[in-house]
Amino acid sequence: MKEIVIISGKGGTGKTSITATLAVLAGKNAVIADCDVDAADMHLLLKPVVEKSENFFSGVIAKIDKDKCINCGICAGVCRFKAVPIVNGKYIINTLNCEGCGYCEKVCPVNAINMHEQDVGDWYISKTRIGNTLVHAKLGIAAENSGKLVAKVKNESKKIAERENKKYIIIDGSPGIGCPVVSSLSGANYVVLVTEPSLSGLHDLKRVHELVKKFNLKAGCIINKSDINLNVTNKIIQFLKDESIKHIASLPYDENFTKAMTVGETIVEYDHSELKDLLVECWEIVKQEVN
Amino acid sequence: MKIAFTTKGIEWNSDMDPRFGRTEYILVYDDEKEEFTSFDNRDIENEAHGAGPKTSQQLFEMSPQVLITGNGPGGNAATVLEKAGIKIFIGAGQMTVNEAYQAYKNNNLKEF
Amino acid sequence: MKIAIASGKGGTGKTTLSTNLAALFAEKVQVVLADLDVEEPNSGLFIKGDIEREDIKYKMIPEWNESTCTLCGLCQKNCNFHAVIQLGSQILVFPELCHSCYACSELCPTDSLPMIKQRMGQLKQFRNKNMTFIESRLDIGQEQAVPLIGQTIEYIEKNFSSSTLKIFDSPPGTSCPVIEATKDADFVILVTEPTPFGLHDLTLAVETMKELEKRHGVVINRHGIGNNDVLEYCEENNIPVLAKIPNSRKVAELYSKGELVYTEIPEFKAELEKIETFILNFQKS
Repeated sequence: MKEIVIISGKGGTGKTSITATLAVLAGKNAVIADCDVDAADMHLLLKPVVEKSENFFSGVIAKIDKDKCINCGICAGVCRFKAVPIVNGKYIINTLNCEGCGYCEKVCPVNAINMHEQDVGDWYISKTRIGNTLVHAKLGIAAENSGKLVAKVKNESKKIAERENKKYIIIDGSPGIGCPVVSSLSGANYVVLVTEPSLSGLHDLKRVHELVKKFNLKAGCIINKSDINLNVTNKIIQFLKDESIKHIASLPYDENFTKAMTVGETIVEYDHSELKDLLVECWEIVKQEVN
Repeated sequence: MKIAFTTKGIEWNSDMDPRFGRTEYILVYDDEKEEFTSFDNRDIENEAHGAGPKTSQQLFEMSPQVLITGNGPGGNAATVLEKAGIKIFIGAGQMTVNEAYQAYKNNNLKEF
Repeated sequence: MKIAIASGKGGTGKTTLSTNLAALFAEKVQVVLADLDVEEPNSGLFIKGDIEREDIKYKMIPEWNESTCTLCGLCQKNCNFHAVIQLGSQILVFPELCHSCYACSELCPTDSLPMIKQRMGQLKQFRNKNMTFIESRLDIGQEQAVPLIGQTIEYIEKNFSSSTLKIFDSPPGTSCPVIEATKDADFVILVTEPTPFGLHDLTLAVETMKELEKRHGVVINRHGIGNNDVLEYCEENNIPVLAKIPNSRKVAELYSKGELVYTEIPEFKAELEKIETFILNFQKS
């Protein structure tokens, strides 16, 4: 079983559309994991039917037991996050501001404060319209993605892949370079970097590749919208050469990507031309590389 | 010498866990006494952030000289392990513990 | 007057809108453009100016004082973020994991973990005629955007009068950094695309704005591609649509080169002027 993670430092490069396309091409050989929990859009293309859903708890926030509280205000005095405001003469916790450090809990003289696990959203196991399993999650408002949630989604998909003897786990990775993307990459067999030839695209590609390098992972790159700016595309290709990253493909700027998404399809189902062939070839290359 | 492994079980034929911070078990083999000690690290699932430093601290308590793992630790964990003077060998993520041990003995693993 | 420009997901054209709108305003009035996407500030690629100021920004972290420490282990226990670890006879601090809560420091029985300043990023201020451009950038390896966003907004509050028009280019998403960047704004413009992804991420952003009780409106980018679902959603929920920026490959090309768009494409400028009018009317009311 091989884990393939698709990431892109920057938003809007077409990462999710490409991941969903690979998911369709891999078909029943793969379990799909959507670890881009902040903008979990893959379900819009794969139209899953939820089979199992569970709450997800992550991090802690403070809670004041009103019966025990003597309103001394020591908690508010030590809090650095303005999370213990006084409302109608009583100290309360502002849950949006609370960082979960637990300092207030430690200094409360009457033990009126306890840290509670926070319900940050739900995670699901679903069957997609093409018959493979998708593990995904939905965060509540202001809830932050974490290494923990990504690890959960990945672990569940791994369990299923092992149980059902699947060849691949295809993971839509988290954005940025923080804890969630570290967790997305951890344990991967192959990384597909999706980028676009803009100044910010190249910059973000370099940043995220630093992480990939640190973990010693084998990687390839798909340059999307490559004909938008040939100058930057050439710079990206040079970067790939210098870093021994496989240049999987250069895809053209093509509105069929958006049109396919609009009707809820992936590009290989919607488009029967050159673009489809290119993506089929991408998947063949990824398979070769990973095996 | 004590050699630590990140694993999914506590036997020679258990699979390695390629992850460091969120590994399920830490298994330490003492090749002089020829015995194992292990730590069940599965509670790490409950940590939102900072899994790496926490696991490295646990590893430190078990005082191995060498760590064998898959991808290698993240930045924070690497700092702890360096301070603790533990040598790290990577690339054993897809092996069993026994295979990883043999690969290490035959110098087939890469030093982190 | 503070206008925040945000979006549920990255790559919808937030930076394109912020930079072009600020430049258009600057043709007539004083404007402050702040790039609060401190993890990936990109506005600077489009705005050229003379540097006026460079400030290092700090966060507070504990520093171990070996000579007074009794290795009691309380600091490690008091840190909920595993940012303080006791390793045998030494204490290690991980600055990126530290949330600056002061618990380890103030609860240390021997005061062996005094809080010290640690660099987390840099604020730069540029000037180009009427426009002041402020960019904060988090250092590589720093993970917490919120404190730097907060300090940047504080800096702007202190240095510019409340009547100056300020445009905040916010980070993407719906989590803490966006909330920090939008919570003091008078109005929030949500940028989206007329596609299923765009609609899905817009609904999340709208829910967040409702939670914060923020007045908000929508700008549809790449209008003409996709479908009408976003428009219908806005109509049903009484969310004003301020502008519909036409879909054009040329916008993407100009963006890729780091160039402003409105000076080259009249249709784009016409839509920007609608947003300008809306903001001016909003300011009057």
